[in-house]
Amino acid sequence: MKDGRLVLGIGDNLLDAVLGYAVVFIGLTLLMTVIIIVGKIMTSKKKAAPAAKQAAPAAPAPAAPAQPAAPKKLAPGSAGEVKIYDTDPRDAAMIMAIVADKLQKPLNELRFVSIKEVK
Amino acid sequence: MLDSLGKLVTESGFAGFFSNPDGWRNLVMIAIACVLLYLGIKKQYEPLLMVGIAVGCLLANVSSVFMTTDGQLPDALYHQELWDAFLDKASPYYHSYGHIMAHGGLIDILYIGVKAGIYPCLIFIGIGAMTDFGPLISNPKSLLLGAAAQFGVFFAFFGANLLGFDAQQSASIGIIGGADGPTAILTTTKLAPELLGPIAVAAYSYMALIPMIQPPIMRALTTEKERSVKMEQLREVSKTEKILFPIVVTIFVVLLLPSTAPLIGCLMFGNLLKETGVTERLSDVAQNALMNIVTLFLGISVGATMVGSRFLTLDTIKIVVLGLIAFSFSTIGGLLVGKLMYKLSGGKINPLIGSAGVSAVPMAARVSQREGQKANPSNFLLMHAMGPNVAGVIGSAIAAGFLISMFG
Repeated sequence: MKDGRLVLGIGDNLLDAVLGYAVVFIGLTLLMTVIIIVGKIMTSKKKAAPAAKQAAPAAPAPAAPAQPAAPKKLAPGSAGEVKIYDTDPRDAAMIMAIVADKLQKPLNELRFVSIKEVK
Repeated sequence: MLDSLGKLVTESGFAGFFSNPDGWRNLVMIAIACVLLYLGIKKQYEPLLMVGIAVGCLLANVSSVFMTTDGQLPDALYHQELWDAFLDKASPYYHSYGHIMAHGGLIDILYIGVKAGIYPCLIFIGIGAMTDFGPLISNPKSLLLGAAAQFGVFFAFFGANLLGFDAQQSASIGIIGGADGPTAILTTTKLAPELLGPIAVAAYSYMALIPMIQPPIMRALTTEKERSVKMEQLREVSKTEKILFPIVVTIFVVLLLPSTAPLIGCLMFGNLLKETGVTERLSDVAQNALMNIVTLFLGISVGATMVGSRFLTLDTIKIVVLGLIAFSFSTIGGLLVGKLMYKLSGGKINPLIGSAGVSAVPMAARVSQREGQKANPSNFLLMHAMGPNVAGVIGSAIAAGFLISMFG
């Protein structure tokens, strides 16, 4: 100790450094575990909710077989639908066009799953 | 007439550079301030803070040359002697904010916000309100990369001790490796306030230089095959999960390490404002007005601590070198654990996202994206790298909390 300040020997210095790194790792590993558990609970709830919804109307009218829903028609050459979050459709279209241009590939050979604004 | 002219000349600041024993140091610092202004304005290196820091440095050194023979600085914006008394246990003004308020200039009063640790916390509220933790929630393993990328903090801590710094100073120097300006400022203010100027400048300069520091290390430690790995789409995160996340993290991390409360608490508070959906006005203020005002105050008051007599020392050079080492080793730590995850996942994880574990949001993630795309033009790593990137913010706050609780 010098003027209220701590002076460490090499051994203590190394020990503190290793301990500090270990604390960060342990702390974040535990946090990761907590987030995984919360995530699992949330996804299982999400899966349970539509299943319960489907089961409820099925009970009173089992006799009438439901018509299979007609698949939604896609635009010719389209690879599917793109989900857009917090993004203007015009911006999304522009982003897809830029990506296609950068990759030098026709737009209908690419599949965009979702577009989301990074805030 | 001649007497009047002579008096005018001898009392001018220009004469002060030669009559004042530290005058030449002030002159050098004015030149350094001009270089920082150039880097901030022309090169756009963290301009929002760099310009403020440079102007603070300029004002402090310009006014320092007017020091009277009894060591007083009349009419100056910043008074180093007041803060020396504030830190001197033998002084009657030890830890007296009243003395600063009564005798200080504008920057002295603004600096109270740094000294009391208010600005870094307010900035963390703003950062929280601007951060989307979605990529981290959808891939919690990112937290391991955020932890790994704190390697530089403890490596530089070890190195600084070996170079003769005491434990408190070493901890403050090490935290530069966290690549998080507010965290570095808060830690240094609490542990080694005398090093605040060089540490703040080193931290923000290196954060701005991330696109130059990281790519050579990334290319050296990874193969072309590893860099070209395309990662799977992240799962969607529900609004409820995003609202729960800041609450869970606050409770869990603060209970684990109470000294992280100011940083983690404010970061998560800001994020909660963003995610609730019912506090949009507050979120908007935190992201814009509050953030801008605090950045203005923080920059100018931190810059003012760069007075020539304190800044131009061998220690500053050591800090600059150790800061670079800290940044580099943080990148190495993240990349090595990224490579480990690549192996364990059977090649599904691109190790480049590991380097984004140093905080510096979102610049480090952008560097991962750019390097990944160079190896494979159809590679889009940005969202995958954002996970470790925001995990790094939490990781550096935990590292700072550990160091403050150990040496504070």
